[in-house]
Amino acid sequence: MSTPVLEVRGVTKAFGERRVLAGVDLTVAEHEAVALIGASGSGKSTLLRCIDLLTEIDDGDVLLDGEAITDPAVDPVAVRRRLGLVFQAYNLFPHLTALQNVVLGEMRAHGIARAEAEERGRALLARFGLEGREDDRPDNLSGGQQQRVAIARAFSGRPRALLLDEVTSALDPELVGEVLAAVRDLKAEGMTMVIATHEMSFAREVADEVAFLHDGRIVEQGAPEQVLNSPQRPETQRFLSRLLEAGRI
Amino acid sequence: MISDRRLERQAAKRRQARRGQAIAVVSTVVVLGGLATWILTSPGWPEVRETFFSWSVFKSSFPEVLSGFWLDVKIFVAVELAVLVVGLVIALVRISRGPALFPLRLLGVVFVDLFRGIPTVLLVYLIGFGIPALQLTGLPTEPAVLGAIALTLSYSAYVAEVYRSGIRSVHKGQHDAALAVGLTDAQAMRHVILPQAVRRVAQPLLNDFVSLQKDVALISILGPQEAFRIAQIIQGENFNYTPLIAAALLYLAITVPLARVVDRMGGGGAAR
Repeated sequence: MSTPVLEVRGVTKAFGERRVLAGVDLTVAEHEAVALIGASGSGKSTLLRCIDLLTEIDDGDVLLDGEAITDPAVDPVAVRRRLGLVFQAYNLFPHLTALQNVVLGEMRAHGIARAEAEERGRALLARFGLEGREDDRPDNLSGGQQQRVAIARAFSGRPRALLLDEVTSALDPELVGEVLAAVRDLKAEGMTMVIATHEMSFAREVADEVAFLHDGRIVEQGAPEQVLNSPQRPETQRFLSRLLEAGRI
Repeated sequence: MISDRRLERQAAKRRQARRGQAIAVVSTVVVLGGLATWILTSPGWPEVRETFFSWSVFKSSFPEVLSGFWLDVKIFVAVELAVLVVGLVIALVRISRGPALFPLRLLGVVFVDLFRGIPTVLLVYLIGFGIPALQLTGLPTEPAVLGAIALTLSYSAYVAEVYRSGIRSVHKGQHDAALAVGLTDAQAMRHVILPQAVRRVAQPLLNDFVSLQKDVALISILGPQEAFRIAQIIQGENFNYTPLIAAALLYLAITVPLARVVDRMGGGGAAR
């Protein structure tokens, strides 16, 4: 069996007294999409930030292509250039146009010449349905358009894996579909992804595996139909039945 | 087709607007007229008019004061550019992290505390007379240059804090996003944080420049023949204060347009 793209081993993280991750283990194989589900505050965002080295872990290891990237000797900048992260609140650069948002990392972090970066940036924006919006600033775009720019930006560096942090939860319901379509498109191309999400139907559709995070641990993991249709653990059952009551499934 | 109700509303609005304008005109005339009457009928007015607002003295002194004002403008522009750079360097030093930069950070704190804490006029004195007294070779002795250095130190301390507040006002998510696309900390500052920070503090920065423009007159205490100094000299010769009014008008000719620029930025700049 080949080396997994991402491997999280026994990662713990506490903010002061509050323990957010209590020993997380997670493996993501190449071309695989893992949906990370769990209640708000269960540590989904923290886990993604830890993988992208934006938050420092307390214990354990994160391996990218077999290399322990959480080792203090590893240059975090070089690691982040091999990963893409999409934020819940988009975090686009408001002073730059959509195209400039996409090419900034390519030009400054990956040393690609402007002409080439812009050509690729335009193609990426067009791919996510943003043709003609290249020169718009983020505040002239809808939430769904902004998030698609953010996905193009994260994808532009040709990452080994894409980390998506609840990319639809800040959106109006009618805009969710266009963003999910972009993620679906990346999945079809074989992008390795970790998708923190509240959209169970989307997890079911696009993910190869679903992992349920509860109290800082992954308590249940498996194929979507198995975890979402016949959960084994009582914590998972409670979480899913609460979602069902709220009409979120 | 416009409905009657809408026409009614428009007419009512027009009536309200006319009434507002009428009140504004009347109150302005009453206030300004009262103030003018109060001053013009004061016992000392005939004397004040002659010593402060003499047209003949104004005409004869204005060219000289204006020629001195060019020195003010040159000093203002030079100090302004220096302040923009020095202030930014101090701000970046102060927000830097990492143990290796601790001495620099300490220096940044001392710089701001010191030069912001000393009255500008005192700083002009200390540097203008203190540096030449050291008799060190290689240091400037030209009073105008020394005065400009004193102003640069004082205003850099202020402007550093303005920059710093701007940098800190940029949401942390911007720094996260910059790192996530693979930028280094320095690149994130240069391409993501600073451009946003500078836009946000443009108005307070310009405000400081209006203030700096006036404070250039402080350099006169070191002797350079700038507008205020020349005005004082002519005043001493004629026992007439009108040259000072001429100098004041020249300062206003720069500060008022600057203030209008500040106002305009306040209107449209916030949305950027």
